[in-house]
This record gives sequence, C-alpha cells and structure tokens, in this order.
Amino acid sequence: MFGRLTFEALPHDPIVLGGAISMGVVGIIVIALLFYLKRWKWLYKEWLTSLDPKKIGVMYIIVAVLMLLRGAADAGMMRVQQALSSGEASGFLASDHFQQIFTAHGTIMIFFVAMGLMFGLINLVLPLQIGSRDVAFPFLNSVSFWLFVAGMMLVNTALVIGEFAAAGWLAYPPLSGIEYSPGVGVDYWIWALQIAGIGSLLSGINFLVTILKMRAPGMTLMRMPVFTWTVMGSMILVIFAFPILTATLAMLSIDRTLGMHFFTSDFGGNPMMYINLIWAWGHPEVYILILPAFGVFSEVVATFSRKPLFGYKSMVWAIAAITFLSYIVWLHHFFTMGAGGNVNAFFGIMTMIIAIPTGVKVFNWLFTMYQGRIRFTSPMIWFLGFVVTFTLGGMTGVLLAVPAIDFQVHNSLFLVAHFHNMVIGGVVFGYMAGITYWFPKIFGFKLHEQLGKYAAYCWMIGFLVAFVPLYILGFMGATRRLDHYEASTGWQGLFVVAGLGVAIIGLGIVLQITQFIVSIRQRKQNLDTTGDPWNGRTLEWSVPSPAPFYNFATLPAINSRDAFWKTKFYKKSHEKPAYTSFKLPKNSPFGLMIAGFAFAAGFGIVWHIWWLAALALVGAITCFIIRSLDEEPEYTVSASEIAKLDAGTRS
Amino acid sequence: MRSYVTGFAVSLVLTLVAFGLVLGYTQGSLDVSKGLLILSIVVLAALQLGVQLVYFLHLGQESKPHFNLISFLFMLLVLVVIIAGSLWIMANLDYNMMHNPNIEKEIIHDEGY
Amino acid sequence: MKYIEDSKTTLGFWIYLMTDCVLFASLFATFAVLRNNTFGGPGGNELFSLPFVLLETLILLISSFVCGLAVVSARKQQKDRVIRLLVATVVLGLMFIGLEINEFRELAAEGNDWQRSAFLSSFFTLVGTHGLHICLGLLWASFLIVRLSTSKLTGTTVKRLFLFSLFWHFLDIVWIFIFTIVYLMGALS
Repeated sequence: MFGRLTFEALPHDPIVLGGAISMGVVGIIVIALLFYLKRWKWLYKEWLTSLDPKKIGVMYIIVAVLMLLRGAADAGMMRVQQALSSGEASGFLASDHFQQIFTAHGTIMIFFVAMGLMFGLINLVLPLQIGSRDVAFPFLNSVSFWLFVAGMMLVNTALVIGEFAAAGWLAYPPLSGIEYSPGVGVDYWIWALQIAGIGSLLSGINFLVTILKMRAPGMTLMRMPVFTWTVMGSMILVIFAFPILTATLAMLSIDRTLGMHFFTSDFGGNPMMYINLIWAWGHPEVYILILPAFGVFSEVVATFSRKPLFGYKSMVWAIAAITFLSYIVWLHHFFTMGAGGNVNAFFGIMTMIIAIPTGVKVFNWLFTMYQGRIRFTSPMIWFLGFVVTFTLGGMTGVLLAVPAIDFQVHNSLFLVAHFHNMVIGGVVFGYMAGITYWFPKIFGFKLHEQLGKYAAYCWMIGFLVAFVPLYILGFMGATRRLDHYEASTGWQGLFVVAGLGVAIIGLGIVLQITQFIVSIRQRKQNLDTTGDPWNGRTLEWSVPSPAPFYNFATLPAINSRDAFWKTKFYKKSHEKPAYTSFKLPKNSPFGLMIAGFAFAAGFGIVWHIWWLAALALVGAITCFIIRSLDEEPEYTVSASEIAKLDAGTRS
Repeated sequence: MRSYVTGFAVSLVLTLVAFGLVLGYTQGSLDVSKGLLILSIVVLAALQLGVQLVYFLHLGQESKPHFNLISFLFMLLVLVVIIAGSLWIMANLDYNMMHNPNIEKEIIHDEGY
Repeated sequence: MKYIEDSKTTLGFWIYLMTDCVLFASLFATFAVLRNNTFGGPGGNELFSLPFVLLETLILLISSFVCGLAVVSARKQQKDRVIRLLVATVVLGLMFIGLEINEFRELAAEGNDWQRSAFLSSFFTLVGTHGLHICLGLLWASFLIVRLSTSKLTGTTVKRLFLFSLFWHFLDIVWIFIFTIVYLMGALS
C-alpha cells in the first residue's frame, strides 16, 4: 500500500534529526503566524495564486535564499569535518552522512539557489526592461515557479523521510545505479531535478518568447538593455540544454526502476555515456547561470559610472559567442575519461576560446568605468569584488583547459576552488548586486547601504580565505570529497584556514539578514519617491516604485538604446497621456495545484507507491485540462481606471 | 491544400524507395555497397525531412523575422553537435587501451611515431 | 490565418517542439552509441520485420496527411469535415500504436525485453518515447474532437487544432529518423 515506505524512513541520526526538527519548527512558526495574523486569504490571493511576474520573482528569491541557508549549513559542516578529521581524529560525521551532505550541498546550490535567484531576478526585471506589462505566458510562469518549489520540497523531504543521494551532485553511475545505491536517495535526487527541470525549461521558452514578441514599440533587438540580451542568451541555452538533462535523468531512472541497461556496468551498458550526456547539459548550465549575472553587472557598471556601457555591439557579440561556444566545450569536464589526444585537444582549444568573449566583457566594463564619475554604492562594491575574484577563477579555468594540466588536478581541490570561484565570485556576487540594485523598484525603498557593503566585504574576504587554501591543497594532491586524510599530508592547517573563511562568509550572510531586517524597519528613511533612486538608464526606472501591478500606464515608445536616459533630457510634456484599456491575467490556483500533484507523483515514484504516482499524474493533467477550458483567463483594466491609478502614483 | 497533397505524395515515394532499397539489398537482389546504401537512405530521410518541414509545417513561410526557421536551424546545429560529438567521443574513449586492435596504427597515424 | 502563425502561442509551441527534438536527439545519440551492445543477444537484423515497419510508417504518414487536411478545412470553417478528418487521424494513430504494442509484446515474449541488453534498452526507450508522445497526441486530439462536437468552431479552437497539427507532423518527422536509423540501418547491421 505504501510501497517501500516504512517508519524506518524517519531520521535516527542526531544531526539529521536536528535539521529535520528545525525545518519543522520554522514551518510551524510560519503557519502559526499566518493563523494569528489572519493572513491566509491575503497569502492565497496576493501571492500563491498571483500570475504577476513581480510577485513570482519575489517568491523565487525567498525560496532561493532559504535554500542558500541550507546549502551554507552543509558547507559549514563539510569544512568543520575536514578541519577536524586528520590522522587519528575522525571528525563528527559518518562517511555516508558526509557523502549525502556534499551531494545535497551541490544539488541545492546549483538547482535551487542559483537557478532560483536567476529566475527570480528575470521575473522582476525583464518585463519592465523591455516595456512590457507581463511575460508571454503568465500561467506557465506560475507553473514553472511552483514546479521549482515542488522539486525543492522533494529535496527537503529527503532530509526527513528516508535519505538523500550520496553519489555527488551529478550522481555518476554505476554508483548511482540500483546495484550500488539501492535506497531512495538517488530517486529523490532524480525526481526533484526532473520536476524542477521541467519548470526551468518552460521558463526558458516563456522568457525567450517574451523577449522576441513583447518588446515595446521601437525597441529593436539592438536597442535592448544588455541584461535583456544576457537573459536571451541564457534562455536559448536553457531551451537546448535542459532536454538533455531530462532524457539522461529519465534513462538513469529507468535503469534503476525498470532494470534497463543504459549505464550499468554489465549487459552492454556504458556508464561513460551518462557522464558524456550529463555534461553536455552541465556545461551549458553553468553558462546559463553566469550570463544574467554578467547582464546585471553591465547595468550596474553603466549606472554607477554615469556613462553609457562601453562597446554595446561587442557586448552583444560576446553574449552570442558565449551562447554558441557553450555547446562545444563539454568534454573538458572529463578529459581524464580516456579520450585520445585529438578529442581532448579539440575541446581544450574550444574551452580556451570561450575565455575570449568573457575577457571582452570584462574589458568593456573596465572601459566603462574609465573616465566615468564612479559612485561606490554596494552594487558597485559587489562588481569590484567580482572583477578581481572572477578574473582569478577564469585564469585557473584557462589553466584547467589544458588537458595535460587537467590530468594533474582533475577532481582535486584545485578544481573545487576553481568552480566555486566562478559560482561565488561570478554568479552569487552578480545576483547579490542585482537584488540590491533592483530592490527599490520592487519594494519602494532602498536596502541599508552600509550593512550591504560590510556584507560584501565579508563575502569577498571570506571567499579568498576559504578557497585560496583549496587551490594550494589541490596542487598538493588533495582530492575532492574526502571526509578524512592522513596527518602526514600536512593538510590540516590549510583546512582550518578554509574553515575560517567559511565562517567569514557566514558573517556576511548574517550581515545580509541583519541588513534586511534593519532596512524594513528604517524603510521610511530610505523611500524611493521618484522611481529612479540610482539615476538609471533603462526603462524599469521610468515607472514608480514599487512598480504598479500593470507596470506601465501607457506603453513607452522607444527610439534609442538606454531608452529612459534620453527622456530625462526632454522637456517634460504636460499633455495627459493617451490611456487605453488593456488585459491582465486573473489569478489562478492551478499552478500551485499542478505542482502539488507533481510533488505527490515524485514522492510516489521514489517510494514505489504506484497508485499515488498514477493518481497524482492524472490529477496534474486534469488541472491542466480544466485550466485550458477557462474561457476568460484575463480581466480588463479600463482606460479610465488606469488614468485614475496613474494619477494616484504620480501625486 | 495543394501543399499537403504534394508533401504526402513525395514523402510516400521517398519512404517506399528507402524501404525498397533496403529490402532489395537484404534479399540479395540489389548489388551495391553497404556504405552507398546507408548514404542513400540517410539522404532520402533528409529529403523527406525537408519536404515535410516545408509542405506540412510551412517552415520559412511565417512572417519576418522568421523566428521559427532560426530556432529550427539552431536546434539542428545543437542536435548535430550532440549526436556527432557523442559518437566521436564515445568511440575515442578506448584510444589508449590495449584491447583496441588498431591502437598501434592509430598512434603512429596521430602522433607520427 | 497569418495571425495564428504569427502569434506568441504558436512561436512558444514551436520552440517547445524544438526542445522535444533535442530530447529525441539525446535518445538517438544513446541508441547510436549503444547500437552494437547486444550482450551476445540478437541485434536489429534478427529482430525487425521491415514489411511490418513499412506498414506502420505508411499508417503514420497518412495520418499526418489527414491531419493537415483537417487544418485546411478548419480555415474554411467546415466544422463537420474537420471532425471527420480528426477522427480519421485518431483511428490511424490508434492503429499505429496497436501495431507498435504488438511488436513490443512479441519481442518481450521471446525474451528480448528491455532488460536483455543495452541495445534493447535504448531501442525500447527511443521507440517507446515516440509512442508515448503519440498517445498524448491521441488524447489531445480526442479532446479536440469532443470540443468541436459540442461547441462552435471558435478562433481559439482553430488555433489549438493548428498547434495539434504541428505536434502531429513533428511526430511523423521523428518517425522518419526512427525508421531510417533504428529499423533500416538495424536491418543492415
């Protein structure tokens, strides 16, 4: 009746139990607060069923930040274990638990923190930047977000019921096959990613069509803001890379559940094909994450240098080149898997070539700053931290691109330091800058600047203290994912320093949480009354803050790049704008419901509760059908209504 | 309407020819090299792809800026990279292994000694 | 009907079809890599019956053609003709699926199921994924038939029929490559 689910699945390990209980306590507190403040209806109407991309964006970021806390906790545990576990000592984590922790850490950070922050920012900013009122498919947008949550819930459920995967964040077979991972862990991993992955794919389609079809009149592609260009490149990568992930996860899952032999070590299976396919997805994935972060910096650097971005055309070229080249470098993740010199050389050269457009972008940002009148706001501080750390990481990347060198440091801590360099120095710093930069547009007040700067400094210093030792350890021969090592290696000192670095990053996170709380309490002092708190250049700054639900009262007419900037120098027109009525999507509960069914289906498949999986699948399809039968999914905002609302925001 | 009839007729012919060639070969009544046969059926498939894309899916006939055509071509590029790339990589993974019977020849060819 | 071809929904659906192509590309790549990994068991040349596959192919091709005719009739607002042509599409599709299920059952009965070897795992998955898409298409078409039978031929319904036809044509195109690479080349291996 319940498949292989029994009471044995509940946690017995004290650390896991502690984690599960804290999650439960937080959940109970939130639910209790909602009852006490009588905010269920508000939550349902204003947030859970909303199809407004600004609301969906905020929810993505909240979920991503919560998962950042969990991923950071995992990181902290790993650092402590490795700092302690030298020679006779064995740290505080059992091997199997350590393996689940590094698996969860990677999975959560990539799929739920980085992707969540990215999609969150895109939802908040993209429609506003292109002069649109919404995305192309608002209902699908909601489905994407809730599928993302369903995937996240599966990962968190694994902490409480059963176990998580212990095969690394990419679950290589044969270890991840049914023979060597017979438990539920890898199945949880597979279905969390499949469900969240479908959400991502739908978002990719959604945002690309939005950019292609919903730009304001006069905004040709070459007049789009650079952030929009990077989103376009990233979404093209999502569209053509995620199906590879879907197919590969499906094959791994049918290997495990139906006894197939794609990646088994017998019956003709070839585990190396999994590694080939998963990286054919995996490499584009990292460019998916970094491109919008580059876009954020393009906006931030131009605004705070008080100059147009240097080299718009070459920026666009660089984005296109990176998008295309992302598809032909993937073998550099497995140079050591046995390919001959020709194959390794081809992919090594392609990998080095992809550094060139990235370099072009860095130089363009620097040239933008040159002879600009720079304001060192906290987004700019994040940028400066990025330039230093990302360049360092990029150089180690070019080093790794040489197969002969990679043979020495593949799967060592040198590699771990390199990719954290890119993800923290590039992706995280970029999205932190973006959140700080666009926060006033969404909430109507700025974040506390000084605390933001202190947080940025902690992240930058913490990053260097945590990861430079790892570069050194990698050269000394330390492999990744070790939960214990011989004292004779002499590595312990460096591991302790790295642990200190993570503590500094932790301080940075604490400062960010403090910044958040203080900013809310002091919001009246930091109000954005004009809608343009930074003296920005692009369209999102032309609407009031917080941005109204309809974004633009009248759709702007565009005749140049940096569309908003030019209008600042025109005489203010005192004519009343010509308001016209328009339609917006009504709220819908079906996004939430489809994801609920998806979660149930995933849970059912993991535990082999087949009737649950089947019913849930039918439920999800039924929701979809009911939604498609809805004759009037939109409501009209009349011209007089919009005139009144607009007058209200201007006063 | 005409578009569909033409598309159907040509697809039918291409399909029958492809099957005819292979059936002929396996029954011994067709005397061509296997390589040429494989090339022929691949070409026939590509032709039928083109026919169905144009006559059934009307590719390229949408208004400018032809986003359908552009996204199709890019997909084709990615598809070729994945399939050809995977075949090249997977076949090459035993390059340095002794059970590869051609290893000495390959190394001499690739590396000159 | 240019407004349908130029609409956001059509572009979005087209791009989704492109993602489905990449999904099939991954399965084709896997099949190509594992095509000779029969683990001592039978390969394509022993298992596949070309006349049978030809029959399946022709049924699907006719079904794709008939579906196209349904779209033509929809543009001319000929609701009854549309329903008849859609029903024909579904019937042919069901015949295709019936034949395919039969083929799978026979293979399994002989002991050549998907657990026998990597080659057979990839065969069943590639061809089976196509079959699953066909089943979803048949479900979609059935809903369209019910909708058409019970209400007017509105602009939305014509658009959805058009999108269905894109899906159905795309599945026939994928089949071109399945019969060429899996069955025809399999017979030659």
